[in-house]
Amino acid sequence: MDRLSFAPAGRPNARRILLLAAPWVLAFLLPLAADDVTTGNLAYCLVWAFTALGLALMWGHGGILSFGQTAFFGISGYTYGIVTLNYGEAWTSSWGGLLVGLAASIVVAFLLGYMIFYGKIRGVFIGILTLSVTLVLETFMAQTAGPQWAVGEARLNGFNGMSGMPPLAVPWPGDPIFIEGNAFYYLVLAMLAIAYVLSRRMLHSPFGLSLAAIRENPQRAEMLGIDIRKHQMLVFVAGCGLAGLSGALYTIWGSYITPSSMGLTAAAMPVIWVATAGRKSLGGVIVGTAILVWLSQSLAIYGSQYALILMGAILLFVVLAAPEGLLPGVLKHARRLGALAGRKPAPAPGTGQGRQS
Amino acid sequence: MTTLLETRGLTKRFGGAHVINGIDFRIDAGEIRCVIGPNGAGKSTFFKLLTGEHRPTSGSIAFLGQDLSHVLPHRRIRMGMSIKFQIPGVFPELTVREHLQLGLHRAGPQAQALESLLEQFNLEPEADVLAANLSHGKKQWLEIALAVSLRPKLLFLDEPVAGMSVEETYATGELILRLREQGLTIMVVDHDMTFVKQIASRVTVLHGGRLFADGPLAEILARDDVAEIYLGKRK
Repeated sequence: MDRLSFAPAGRPNARRILLLAAPWVLAFLLPLAADDVTTGNLAYCLVWAFTALGLALMWGHGGILSFGQTAFFGISGYTYGIVTLNYGEAWTSSWGGLLVGLAASIVVAFLLGYMIFYGKIRGVFIGILTLSVTLVLETFMAQTAGPQWAVGEARLNGFNGMSGMPPLAVPWPGDPIFIEGNAFYYLVLAMLAIAYVLSRRMLHSPFGLSLAAIRENPQRAEMLGIDIRKHQMLVFVAGCGLAGLSGALYTIWGSYITPSSMGLTAAAMPVIWVATAGRKSLGGVIVGTAILVWLSQSLAIYGSQYALILMGAILLFVVLAAPEGLLPGVLKHARRLGALAGRKPAPAPGTGQGRQS
Repeated sequence: MTTLLETRGLTKRFGGAHVINGIDFRIDAGEIRCVIGPNGAGKSTFFKLLTGEHRPTSGSIAFLGQDLSHVLPHRRIRMGMSIKFQIPGVFPELTVREHLQLGLHRAGPQAQALESLLEQFNLEPEADVLAANLSHGKKQWLEIALAVSLRPKLLFLDEPVAGMSVEETYATGELILRLREQGLTIMVVDHDMTFVKQIASRVTVLHGGRLFADGPLAEILARDDVAEIYLGKRK
């Protein structure tokens, strides 16, 4: 069977390949020109990109607006903490923690997704429900301060959160080698590249095309024999799984996790990043999220409220000026200008040329 | 003659309103059945009961001998039904080609080739155009092509020529006749009697939620009572 594709017929041209590859090459080269602190901050920005990528899959391509990415972020982060604080610094413990954290977020996503999609919850109610889930989790974790709230050796520590988790390690004769600094950055970058490629492949497969049909017109899609509940649940689980990966990597990066990572402000951030970057553009979402997180971090030095105000202002501007997202909006105008300047006809209006993802 | 679809005592009530009342209906393989009736006759509800959008209050629907009472809409499609809706339900952000890829993929490896479908439905020039930008007539044809791409055994067409010009209506009729020649069984719900006369092999008349008349086209059109309830006049 031919592989289905959103892309127009024909081979991708050199300019498109260059456009796709440039951010990755730049991201690969950045640590060579940056100090350790900057590289650490860059890794932090990339860690959040998984959450945004997951939301772009769900929202941009599956039509499911979830405010619950942070719930799965937190579940995975806390699980990583519980596993590693109980089993120590061995490489099996850290990698086991990462996998168990990821598995925990996927299992919870599966259960929640089953209730949502097989319970016929639709539209804005999915957003309300997922937001409720993350806020309930935050509230619950915030009251786990007492010594009775421990899993084995791991104290949950209420509002202060868990800390002291070891980084990932690789086995080595003698002591294991910890993956830190540049090594951690490149590990995150490689994982992000894999997640991006797999997400693209998913969207350019028959599953992705069915998903697009469901997003556009669920009733019609069902009448093509598509099981819309199953498709929506699967993309929801995939998106939440990416948020889970984000959470575990965040915990590894900072060696801590707190309930505020599941709070209202945290829950709104992925929606702002994805809306700003362009929810249908996976590459745009990764780049946009990294830039916006970097901007937030830089402004947070002067006070976290400035970063929030700026994020709100950016979101307002994007919603009004470029509803499809900042990056796709800029690219669209650049293409028009380029076509005008070169007297080259722009793609015919209404064709599938320039489809994102 | 193989019976594809059969209803027995099919009834649908919405609260106190009896919209469909005990309809016994049958479609055999190879026919083009037109379901007609005045406004409020229950055509749309009957259609939605067959496709699974509504659940019957009582009675049964069988497709190829299999009871459909608890079969979800998407599973009915996988069993060999296919539907073209009255209002074109195309996917605005997908191209014509992507629509047909979607349908062909779902039909499995024996599916008709994409290019052949584009040609058959005169959609070649618009293959890479987004569905949102098609004319109304082309949207209707894309809807039918999408339904045909699933390689169904029974094709439901709900008002396939609504909003079409006379020329487009005639071309659509010819298209439907060719689909029948290719072995497809087709059920059409429509108001346009010229179109019905062009394509129908049998006609079913619904009136007041009941099956009022059922038979070959010429026989039904010759009945005074049909003319009276359908056209509101006496011969």
